[in-house]
Formats: sequence, structure tokens, C-alpha cells
Amino acid sequence: MSSALYDLPGPRARVRNKAIGVLAILCIVALAGFVGYRFWATGQFEGPKWEWLLYKDLQLQLFAALGATLGAFVVAALLALAFGLLFAVARLSEHWWLRTPAFAIVEFFRAIPLVVMIFFLFYAAPQAGITLGVFWSLVVSLTLYNGSVLAEVFRAGMQAVPRGQREAAYALGLRKNQVMRAVLLPQAIQAMLPTIVSQLVVLLKDTALGYLITYQELLNEARYLGSLTEFGRPIIPTALVIGTIYITLCTALSALAGYLERRSRRTGRALPTPDARLVTAELAT
Amino acid sequence: MIELLLDNRDLFITGFLHTILLFLLAGLGALIIGTLLAAMRVSPVPALQLVGTGYVTIFRNTPLTLVFFFFTFAYPRLELVNVSFFTRAVLALAMYTAAFVCEVVRSGINTVDVGQFEASRALGFTFSQTLTTVVVPQAIRSVVPPMTSVLNSLLKNTTIAAGFSVLEAGQITPALSERGAPLLIGMFWIAVGFGILVVPLTATQRALEKRWSVAR
Repeated sequence: MSSALYDLPGPRARVRNKAIGVLAILCIVALAGFVGYRFWATGQFEGPKWEWLLYKDLQLQLFAALGATLGAFVVAALLALAFGLLFAVARLSEHWWLRTPAFAIVEFFRAIPLVVMIFFLFYAAPQAGITLGVFWSLVVSLTLYNGSVLAEVFRAGMQAVPRGQREAAYALGLRKNQVMRAVLLPQAIQAMLPTIVSQLVVLLKDTALGYLITYQELLNEARYLGSLTEFGRPIIPTALVIGTIYITLCTALSALAGYLERRSRRTGRALPTPDARLVTAELAT
Repeated sequence: MIELLLDNRDLFITGFLHTILLFLLAGLGALIIGTLLAAMRVSPVPALQLVGTGYVTIFRNTPLTLVFFFFTFAYPRLELVNVSFFTRAVLALAMYTAAFVCEVVRSGINTVDVGQFEASRALGFTFSQTLTTVVVPQAIRSVVPPMTSVLNSLLKNTTIAAGFSVLEAGQITPALSERGAPLLIGMFWIAVGFGILVVPLTATQRALEKRWSVAR
């Protein structure tokens, strides 16, 4: 749509745009070149700094760390989806004694910074006699936060289903929970699928917070590999490798979200609100 | 309960002061970089579009913790200008949040009706005139709520700096744990602190929405 912002460029505008383009590329090349030069000048591209990649033990360790990241992600994602569904339904309940606590819980966990929650479970819960350990401190925090966000996403989705759907379902004699289960929820999930997947990307990224409580995931592995003196403490090479892994994983998931969004728009299952993207952006961050 | 707050007031005051500072500086930086990126992404120059898109794709798909990690551990190895941990935290937060600011601004621009663009073009406005006098004043209205939540998550994200040698609100829990203070009460006060910090944000959002709630 933004292409409507300007006319098709004429000859003079084309020259100008090309000039700006060349200038921009020069700036980027200069910046990248400078960073690359610093990498080179400080010896980051030298063989010894990358040799660790060739050792089988270290490769296996790297895979173990990747497994730890993905393990925390999968467990937390499943729990968060369940939490979200449960609390979305509870928030739409007709009983105030279900609706109000659900509202309070969801709002509370959305407002508390994830780091504070993780530190709380890791440092404070043992004082109360509950020792969760690093994995569950991380997973439970991720579940509570992302589950609360997902609860809002599901709820927004169900509320965006056209009124007629609900009315028709009641008119056919379906019960409250049948209406919810068989009519509202499937449509909401279908319409909200892109947002749900984007939230899972957020969850995947947030597993890196496990670094702060020494969960042995990718970032801790990078810290460890980067401190090996026999390879000249290759922190920059390891950061580059780990960064590439994260970007690949998240881009793959984001691409899935993008695909689902295009598909839902094509099949006409997108939300009827005109700026649904802004609404979902508001919920998801 | 209040004793804990008074006994450890040094922690709470420096902690939240640094959080506020981090938030303000990084927020300002993110708004500036993000708006520039959005302008690049809608500009008629393909090279600029590519740069904007690349930046957003990379930073949206990188964990903020990794950005912090890079600035804390990898940056000094490049032997560039020596800056404090606090400055590096501001840089990490600003660069990361800018990608989200860019997306919000861009989708805000997309909510403006195409007819508006066409009309201003028909009137002979240039690209920058169209953007500044027609599109942005309208886009800004739909941008306020999602922008508030981006800033809100920036406020919460400042706590990640706790893991990277910056004493701010996220650092309070481990520090209290070291002092052997009851953490449940500490947690309560941290939550209260963040609650207080969020209030002005939401108030600003309400005020702006009310002020700009003119019928389109």
C-alpha cells in the first residue's frame, strides 16, 4: 500500500533515487567494512579462533545446548498454549467468580517483567520451600508470561468472531460450552494463528533468558566456548555462530507465521477488523 | 513489610533510578532510529527499503539477551571506544526496540486510506510533503496504543540489563537474596515499583488518545 505514497518516478527522480541508493549502499558497505576491519584487525578471522568448531566433543556440547534451548521452548510452548486456552475461556465466563480471578492473574503476569519472575522463582521460591531448579524456573516463568499473553490473544479472537455465529449456535440449541468449543474457539484459533505463532517466536527468543540463571542453553554455551583459552578465547566467533542459530530458528518460525497470515487472508479467514494487525501488535508485545 | 524497603532503600533507589534512566534514554533512541527505519522502508529507493527490512528482520529474530551478550562480551574485543556497561545497555535496548518501533510506525502508515495519498499526490505534494503533512498526522492516532505497549515492553526489558553488570530493578532480587532478606516481600515491592512506573505511560496514552480522538 505504501507504494501509493509516490508517483512512478520520472527521469529526474530516477536519477535522484539511484544517487540516494548508491550513497546508502556506500554507507552500509563502509559501516560493514569498518566492522569487518575491526574483526580482522583484532584477529577474529584467524584459524585458531575457529578451530573449536572442529572438535567432536565441543560439537556435541553445542548440540546439547541447542537441545536444551529447544527443550525449554517446546515444554513452555505447550504449557503456555494450554494456560492461554484455559484462561481465555475463564475470562469470557458468565460467572464473576471465575472471570475476576482469571482477569487479575492474566493482567498480573503480563505486567511483571519476565526477568523478575524468573529471579523470583529461582531465588525466592526456595525460601518458601519450593525448589524448582533452573529448568523449571525458566519454563514456569515463560509459561505464565506467554500463557497470559496468549490468553488475551485467544480472547480477542473469540470476541472478533461475528455475533451472528454465536447467536446462530444458540438458536440451534447448542449449550454454552458447545458454543465455545465447537463454534467460537475453532474460528478464533484459525483467525489468530499468525499472532499465536509470532508469540511463540517471542517465547523462543525469551528462552535465552535462561542464561541469567545459568541454564545450560545456547547463550551459556557461547559464554563457555568463548572463554576457552586454548582457542584464544573466541567470544566473537561463538557469538556469531550462536546468533546465526537463533536467527535461523526464529526466522523459520516467523516465516511460518507470515505464511499462515497470507493464507488466512487468501481464504478470507482473517479477522474482520480493519487494523487487526495493530490490535494484535498491541497484544503481542 | 515496610522495613525491608527502608533497610534496603539504597538498592531500591539506585535500582529504579537506573531503570528509569535506561528506559528514557533507550526509548528516545529507539523512537528516533525506528522512525528513520520506517521512513526508509516506505521510501521510493530500493536500497533504503532493503536496509530497513534487513535491520528489522535481524533484530526481531534475535533474542535481546544475545544483543546484550554481544555488547557486553564481544564489543570490548573489537578494541573500539571504551564505554560503560550502562551505555552499552542503552545501545542494546535502543537498537533492539527500534525494530519494533519501525514495524508499528509502518503499519500505522498502512492504516491511512490510499485515497489520502492519491489526493495529496494529485495536489502536487512531494513524497516528503505527503508523509509529513498528510500521512503522519493521521497515522499517529492509530499508532499510539501499540507504541505504548512497545514502550511498555521496553520498560520490562530493561531488567535484562541486570544480568550484564548494570545495577537496575532486575538486580534487586539477587542482591536481596545475597543479603538474606525475605524475597517474597522484596518481590512485592518490585511489583509495586513497576506498577508505579507503568502508570504515567498509560496516562500519557489515554491523554494522547483523547486529544487526537477526532473523527476521521
